[in-house]
Amino acid sequence: MLSKKQAKMFFLGGTAVFFLIFIGMTVDTLVNGVPKYTHASQIDDQVRLGRHLWDSNNCMGCHTIMGEGAYYAPELTKVYERRGPEYIKTTFNFPGGWRPNGRNMVEYNFTEQEKEALVAFLKWVGESDLNGFPPKPSVQLNK
Amino acid sequence: MKFKSQKVAYYFFALSMLLLSLQIVYGFIMAFAHMGFDGLHEWIPFNAATATHKNLLVVWILSGFMGAGYFIIPDESDTELWSVPLALLQFYSFAIVGVIAVVGFHVGWFEGRKFLEIPRPLDYLVALNVILFLVILLMTMFKGKKRTTTAWVLTSGLVFAALLYLPGMIWFDNHTVDSFFRWWVVHLWVEGVWELIMGGILAYLLIKLTGVDREVIEKWLYVIVGLTFLSGILGTGHHYYFIGVPKYWLIVGGIFSALEPLAFLGMTLFAIQMYRKGNKKHPNKLAIYWTLSTAIVAFLGAGLLGLAHTLPGVNLYTHGTLVTAMHGHLAFWGAYASLVLAIISYSMPLMTGRKIYDNSIGHMAFWFSNIGMIGMTMAFAAAGVAQVYMERIVGLDFMQAQLEIEPHFFVLIIAATVFSIGITLFIINFIKFGVPVDEAIGEGEEFSALQTS
Repeated sequence: MLSKKQAKMFFLGGTAVFFLIFIGMTVDTLVNGVPKYTHASQIDDQVRLGRHLWDSNNCMGCHTIMGEGAYYAPELTKVYERRGPEYIKTTFNFPGGWRPNGRNMVEYNFTEQEKEALVAFLKWVGESDLNGFPPKPSVQLNK
Repeated sequence: MKFKSQKVAYYFFALSMLLLSLQIVYGFIMAFAHMGFDGLHEWIPFNAATATHKNLLVVWILSGFMGAGYFIIPDESDTELWSVPLALLQFYSFAIVGVIAVVGFHVGWFEGRKFLEIPRPLDYLVALNVILFLVILLMTMFKGKKRTTTAWVLTSGLVFAALLYLPGMIWFDNHTVDSFFRWWVVHLWVEGVWELIMGGILAYLLIKLTGVDREVIEKWLYVIVGLTFLSGILGTGHHYYFIGVPKYWLIVGGIFSALEPLAFLGMTLFAIQMYRKGNKKHPNKLAIYWTLSTAIVAFLGAGLLGLAHTLPGVNLYTHGTLVTAMHGHLAFWGAYASLVLAIISYSMPLMTGRKIYDNSIGHMAFWFSNIGMIGMTMAFAAAGVAQVYMERIVGLDFMQAQLEIEPHFFVLIIAATVFSIGITLFIINFIKFGVPVDEAIGEGEEFSALQTS
């Protein structure tokens, strides 16, 4: 029967082994994976500013991006491809707040440069290789 | 209660109750907004409500853990807390940081990263606060006469939780890298070190409530936390499927997250077995109910419902939909919320000397809140599955699908009302206990004699 000491060794040993594997995979991901998958060389000041605006306005508090965030407003990973830059820019400062089909977006007061930066960030996100996410619908009723 | 200083736990438990109530209010605001009733939008837009709802959850659970630490560690170490004034300072600073964060969300002061919405300047205050908490606990353990496995597991869980907060404070240029390390905090907390804390608190409660030999309980505690890390560390991969990292995370994340329910199953079997082996003489029936329910519902919510959408082929469709909300609600309720309610139910009679541990309000609180939460989970499940089919498979526009699933939010609100009645009754009991008194020292010690060790 398992003794307390053996149980302790199982806990400490198992944790150490799997943590080391995890660290190894993390290093490989950051060094070899992410730069390629996300086209990291394309992250310029505009994308950086867009990302900062994305975070500081808690856009993830309503939307998802790469499937992460809240489920109140549309997934935006492919929004650049779906809607194009002009449509996206219209939504930000819309008088009274953009309100498609009854859901209310906050009315922002972005400058033209800030709008461009957010579009640049969304374009960058849309071009990342996300292992097939979001999936293409198998049945297309809208078309 | 053995030591005067254990009373500090009461402050943290009271704060937990207050924040839990507020969290529920924000949950209702969000559910109504999903149904189209967003009259508060001008003052509390959805992104402020969701940041508040999620962060109140994190803060009230942490507050409960801290209270548990202050109650359990002196008892396990057989000594008074190292410093009560510092513990009180830690309490007030913790509460103040929490209030600033919540008020900040309402004026648009965010960091905007799911679960880590607290702005970075406040992160430093949180870190300082947690360091103070840990110093108090560790000093207590070192001056104590005993150093038990239960105390070590609980404390190491708290130490690692603090360490893992750090990767979330670093700024990364690349959104993918930021997300990668955000999950070091969030996943390795809730499916890693928080389970150490859970295991520690659960072991303490089982030792106290069942009278089973400490050595047996602590041996199985090691096995369970071992299983947790064996599956949970590489299980982090299930958050990495679709964020812009190599495909091997799909395989590794899929395999190891499919193993994650084992740790929770272990927790469930452990609690039930220990209860069955025990002498069943402990009069605090409510604490026993909550202790067993946390072990069982954690397996259902975190284990089974997690497994339901964790395989990459399924997750491709369910990722970023209300299916996640289904899993999230029952998982947090079972594993952590119920656990905090268990330690509160166990410790309050001992701190106040009032024997409110088998009354009908308490039992109703237990059943209403559990049934309500299961109803909420089912409403989220129905909404989530319908959303996946309409939006991801049929290709309906996001908002078209949302309008179709609105009725599920009506069901959600009904179930949430039942849940809220349960929580209200729990809080009524909590208030009826009154405040801890020195006369309660020695209260409950007669049950120590029931223990075989």
